[in-house]
Amino acid sequence: MAGPAVEVRDARKRFGGVRALDGVSLAVEEGEFFALLGPNGAGKTTLISALAGLVRPDAGRLRVMGRDVASEYREARRLLGIVPQEIVFDPFFTVREILELQAGYFGLRASRPWIGELLERLALGPKADANMRSLSGGMKRRVMVAQALVHRPPVIVLDEPTAGVDVELRQTLWQFVRELNAAGHTIVLTTHYLEEAQNLCSRIAMMKAGRIVALDSTRSLLAAFSERVLRVKLDGCALPATLAAGAVQDAAGWHRIPVENAAQVESALARLREAGARVSHLEVAEPELEEVFVKIMGRDDAAPREAA
Amino acid sequence: MSGGFATLFRKEVLRFWKVSFQTVAAPVLSALLYLVIFSHALAAHVEAYPGVGYTQFLVPGLAMMSMLQNAFANASSSLIQSKITGNIVFILLAPLTPGDLFAAYLLAAVVRAVVVGAGVIVAVAWLVPLPLPNVLWLAAFALAGAGILGALGIVAGIWAEKFDQLAAFQNFLVMPLTFLAGVFYSIDSLPPFWQAASRLNPFFYAIDGFRYAFFGRSDVSPWTSLAIASATLCALSWMTLRLLRSGYKLRH
Ligand SMILES: Nc1ncnc2c1ncn2[C@@H]1O[C@H](COP(=O)(O)OP(=O)(O)OP(=O)(O)O)[C@@H](O)[C@H]1O
Ligand SMILES: [Mg+2]
Repeated sequence: MAGPAVEVRDARKRFGGVRALDGVSLAVEEGEFFALLGPNGAGKTTLISALAGLVRPDAGRLRVMGRDVASEYREARRLLGIVPQEIVFDPFFTVREILELQAGYFGLRASRPWIGELLERLALGPKADANMRSLSGGMKRRVMVAQALVHRPPVIVLDEPTAGVDVELRQTLWQFVRELNAAGHTIVLTTHYLEEAQNLCSRIAMMKAGRIVALDSTRSLLAAFSERVLRVKLDGCALPATLAAGAVQDAAGWHRIPVENAAQVESALARLREAGARVSHLEVAEPELEEVFVKIMGRDDAAPREAA
Repeated sequence: MSGGFATLFRKEVLRFWKVSFQTVAAPVLSALLYLVIFSHALAAHVEAYPGVGYTQFLVPGLAMMSMLQNAFANASSSLIQSKITGNIVFILLAPLTPGDLFAAYLLAAVVRAVVVGAGVIVAVAWLVPLPLPNVLWLAAFALAGAGILGALGIVAGIWAEKFDQLAAFQNFLVMPLTFLAGVFYSIDSLPPFWQAASRLNPFFYAIDGFRYAFFGRSDVSPWTSLAIASATLCALSWMTLRLLRSGYKLRH
């Protein structure tokens, strides 16, 4: 058996006094849609770079589809497609030339039809023969996605692919990535847009200061750290005592009343009616990853540790 | 060597070919200017070798000097540009071996050097009558000289983090060594100390041997020159490969 699509065991990396990776272990199974979340400087890019062989960890083992990224780097790199976080490009070439070169670095020659399909799917067709220099930032980002896919890697890692990208591309990109996932590709992504991660990913790792501080299915994380709430704004009256117990009021004057299901929504509304409260605004908010994230990052065990 | 090597080599050749006005035409023009100026200023100079006029003597040296400088420039500028713009990441993400990287950058540097060298000789042949060179010696020294500087260019490109560091490498190492390698004079005309110093300069052997290919005369035996140039190339190649394997300044 090849083992998990991505396996990281106790990876450590220091940059001077900074522990960018402070004992990271995780496994991403084949076919998963996995999110790697964390604040700026948490170590996400360092972890991805270590996987790609761009960063050499001080300790620990990393494998892609069972291939060690150091001792079997050629196999591991063939199995891995990375979209780097920073937009970088070679100003000497056109989009199509870039993709043909990238395929060539992987020793692939007959990749024209696939390159054509990538250009099509990422809406790069009209720019295929334009020089990289003349592309907008979002267009360059699309080319980088295409470059990462040119060798059809089974494991695809996207480091903030939607930063600075317009709504339309974000949707086409996610649509495309979802299809790749459905076709069996393992997807790992980082993003600071937590709704994206919540909607797309079945499992999530949260990093802070070089450590994994949460690793679970999206569903369990939401269930454990966030709740469905009924949000109401009242017109010049207080929340009835029967509801006030579990509720909190935020700065904007919204009352947040935890509700588990529709029946509880109904009973809360009934109590408001009985108390004669005038409701000016009302909505039911579903559990949110953002809340999970804020809570987990605020926990003590997630506090940043000074490097010794 | 993997299939990726051929593509990287092709890319490196395309890279300079797409801007050949700067990378080929400009150095050929500079060499012609040197030739015109020095031969005009020093034409009355004693013959370097019996029967070989000073202008003639100058041609192989200038051609070789252009080759050396352009081999260095090709490898070093490509690497530092990729590093500074960050697009080197696409090469580092590919399953290319250190040997692939080395061979691709080195051979592209040699190709550029040969194109420039041929350009200089062909351009000059209209102005200065030259004997037909011995093709084997010519090729041997062209490849060895360009190879040495190509490897040195790779090292400099990996080491330098900024363009001014690369410029320092070029101005304080490559330029003095090429200029002092007997391009403009036969080292036999130098005082003993400078003769000895020149013999420590590996570039001298590339130029001296290259000149032998034209005139059948040189300051040292072409076999000695070839042995020293080849040994230098091997040593530098070994060092460059080690550097690439270690990931120095490329993989953090
Ligand atoms: N090449 C480097 N040299 C020095 N320090 C580095 C280097 N790369 C990363 N770091 C440091 O390592 C830590 C982790 O950085 P990393 O880029 O992995 O964070 P990240 O989670 O990707 O953040 P972001 O969300 O901002 O992209 C940071 O403190 C960063 O400054
Ligand atoms: Mg990052």
